Amino acid sequence: MISAILLLALHATPLPLPPSSSPVQDTAKGKAVYVQWCSGCHGDGGAGDGPAAATMLPRPRNFTGAIYKIRSTASGQLPTDADLIRAIDEGLPGTAMPAWKTRLSDGERRDVMAYLKTFSAFFADTSQHVTLLRFGSAPGGGSGSEALRVGRLFYDSIGCRKCHGDQGRGNGPSAPTLKDDAEFPIFAADLHQNWRFRGGGTVADIYRRLRTGLDGTPMPSFSDLIDQKWLTDEQLWRVAQYVRSLSPASPPEVRDVIHAPQISEGGALSIAPDDSAWNRVTRYWFPLVGQVIHKPRWFDPAVSGVWVQAAHNGTTLALRISWDDRSQSPDSAWLPFVRRVLGTVASDDSVKPAPQLWPDQLIVQFPVAIPEGMERPYFLMGTQTQPVYQWRWTSAPRQAVAGLGRGLERFEALPAAAAPAAQAVYDRGGGEWRVVLSRALATADTANQLQFRTGRAIPVAFFAQDGSNGENGSRMAVSSWYFLALDQPTPPRVYISPVVAMALTFGLGLLVVWRAQRPKRGTTREGTRAA
Amino acid sequence: MRKLGMVMAAVLACAAALGVSGRGSGDQGGGSITGKVRFTGTKPAMPMIDMTEEATCKAKYTSPPREETVMVNANGTLENVFVYVTAGLPAGATYPAPATPVVLDQTGCHYVPHVFGIMVDQALQIKNSDGILHNIKAKGTKNRPFNISQPSVMTSERKFSAPEVMVPLECNVHGWMHAWVGVLPHPFFSVTGRDGSFSIKGLPPGTYTIEAWQEKYGTQTATVTVTAGAPKTQDFTFAAH
Repeated sequence: MISAILLLALHATPLPLPPSSSPVQDTAKGKAVYVQWCSGCHGDGGAGDGPAAATMLPRPRNFTGAIYKIRSTASGQLPTDADLIRAIDEGLPGTAMPAWKTRLSDGERRDVMAYLKTFSAFFADTSQHVTLLRFGSAPGGGSGSEALRVGRLFYDSIGCRKCHGDQGRGNGPSAPTLKDDAEFPIFAADLHQNWRFRGGGTVADIYRRLRTGLDGTPMPSFSDLIDQKWLTDEQLWRVAQYVRSLSPASPPEVRDVIHAPQISEGGALSIAPDDSAWNRVTRYWFPLVGQVIHKPRWFDPAVSGVWVQAAHNGTTLALRISWDDRSQSPDSAWLPFVRRVLGTVASDDSVKPAPQLWPDQLIVQFPVAIPEGMERPYFLMGTQTQPVYQWRWTSAPRQAVAGLGRGLERFEALPAAAAPAAQAVYDRGGGEWRVVLSRALATADTANQLQFRTGRAIPVAFFAQDGSNGENGSRMAVSSWYFLALDQPTPPRVYISPVVAMALTFGLGLLVVWRAQRPKRGTTREGTRAA
Repeated sequence: MRKLGMVMAAVLACAAALGVSGRGSGDQGGGSITGKVRFTGTKPAMPMIDMTEEATCKAKYTSPPREETVMVNANGTLENVFVYVTAGLPAGATYPAPATPVVLDQTGCHYVPHVFGIMVDQALQIKNSDGILHNIKAKGTKNRPFNISQPSVMTSERKFSAPEVMVPLECNVHGWMHAWVGVLPHPFFSVTGRDGSFSIKGLPPGTYTIEAWQEKYGTQTATVTVTAGAPKTQDFTFAAH
């Protein structure tokens, strides 16, 4: 028997399944490693159903079917040992699967790889053939505009946008309907976050995923298109280069302090999210994680982080926050997705939440007053006695309110007049929210509202919810405390003092030189006279 | 939709004929099992499919297309029931796969046929007549899966290596597209058409277990004894639930 046979194996070399590569793989030792480190998620029987699995999306791999996302083999075929070792070593970014390279020894990783192969009869079936795909290497000029133009052309023509969206943020028309092989809901990858790509974020990694597909997911293989000469290998590489170009050159660095520059004294501070003035302000990335501290916990947030920019003009502060979001919630097209998410993810809520069309929400949190020491309120929305000051923006109704958080359950809204000014843009094609929140640095209500001051480290934290991912209440993405620093305008003396100092130094220097070189006239005359 | 149904029935008939013609000559002149698959109870309403996102496909329909989970014919029978022999064939008998491929077409964002049979190692030609992006994914458990992209008019070919009833096929770009293929090591299978009848021919005399599979209502089995030259009748009835 032959596995799904491939025609026109132009770029492929059919090979028998490589024999278990040396050195020796000990499945008994592998089992011990598996039981200790893997079974909590992947289950004792390898079915991806360990005690921790129920809260996870995507779910841990079910080894019994031997269907693997990250391979170097043709669609549907078994992975090689090297493919499995890679997944163990590097983990699967963007999922709960960590990298084990530094946690387990070479022998342990090899043994556990051998053991997990025993969960499926396919690996022992000698009739299974694999087709190791030949990937070659990327054609040059990959970041040039012509390469990216060709890449974009084929991104459109091979239909990437159907799931990944026009701008690649995973918001294509088919996105809300996507399921994996186990019928669990699955997101089309956000192509602007290559550091979360399951099989790695380099051009070569992306090209390989295009060739092999991600088995068990809706992502198909595009190898047939090359075999049938529908597109060339180079054109597929261009798609990979284009996709790579959507993410930053390197994963965003997380910095502790947001610097809010002061624009010209009293100058106009734009609160329009798409004002080009924002292009000149540094963006800071803050990763968000699921709220897993208080019940009901949430392990599967859709918003993996926010980009934050800040500026002030001496009297008013504006924060521009943008984040990738596949929909403008509430969006009825996503209701079946919400139903599947809530149906899939185990809830520790007392009542199983009924799917609803929830809005998107963004919360920016500060202490009520700038702390004098290092102590800050509890980061998760404060406590009864030590509240936090929050701005809460929602997509529906489209508004922002200010208020005091006294724990996750309690939010005391301040009067409407206290709300920050808000402007929001949802970029439907781009799959992104861009929201600007703005408030006067000083207000009359000093008891409940933070008084912003320049030159101080002001604690700030962010929370986000994607209604189309079933997020509401405590089901949210959270950050820890960071700092916001409103830069002080540079006093004129900063610029003048060095000039004055330099002038003085130069002048004194001249004086010294002049004095040293001045002919000692008296002596000379005396000498002359002596002569 | 009606027209598509007719086309589908025609394709099914062709596929069945091909299956028969691809058999070894030793089967000629054997017994046969024919019958109808009836349906009792209230005919379930099939949900309409919204193809707004795919204008090319939507334009191919005069009335809104519907899902095909339960297709009740005018004569109260069921279409798209897969009937096949599960036991009773001579021990050790092997049946070579026909050289003729089975064709699965994607037209109007819809699979034609919706339910079909194929032999192990027989070629399946997957055709995209729509000329828009489809991916076709096979989700077998005894067979290795596949998931291939077809962004334009093109044909891809795959085979199945192990008997499996049924292997689900689906398109993820169009979540409503589903088809089912029964993979068998022998040619003794049939799919009910628009008259609800099936016909399994060329069986050597013997006692057989046959199974009828319906997408929503599951399976039913029957035991039938076939004698040379005498057609046997075996009907099935699925009740609404």
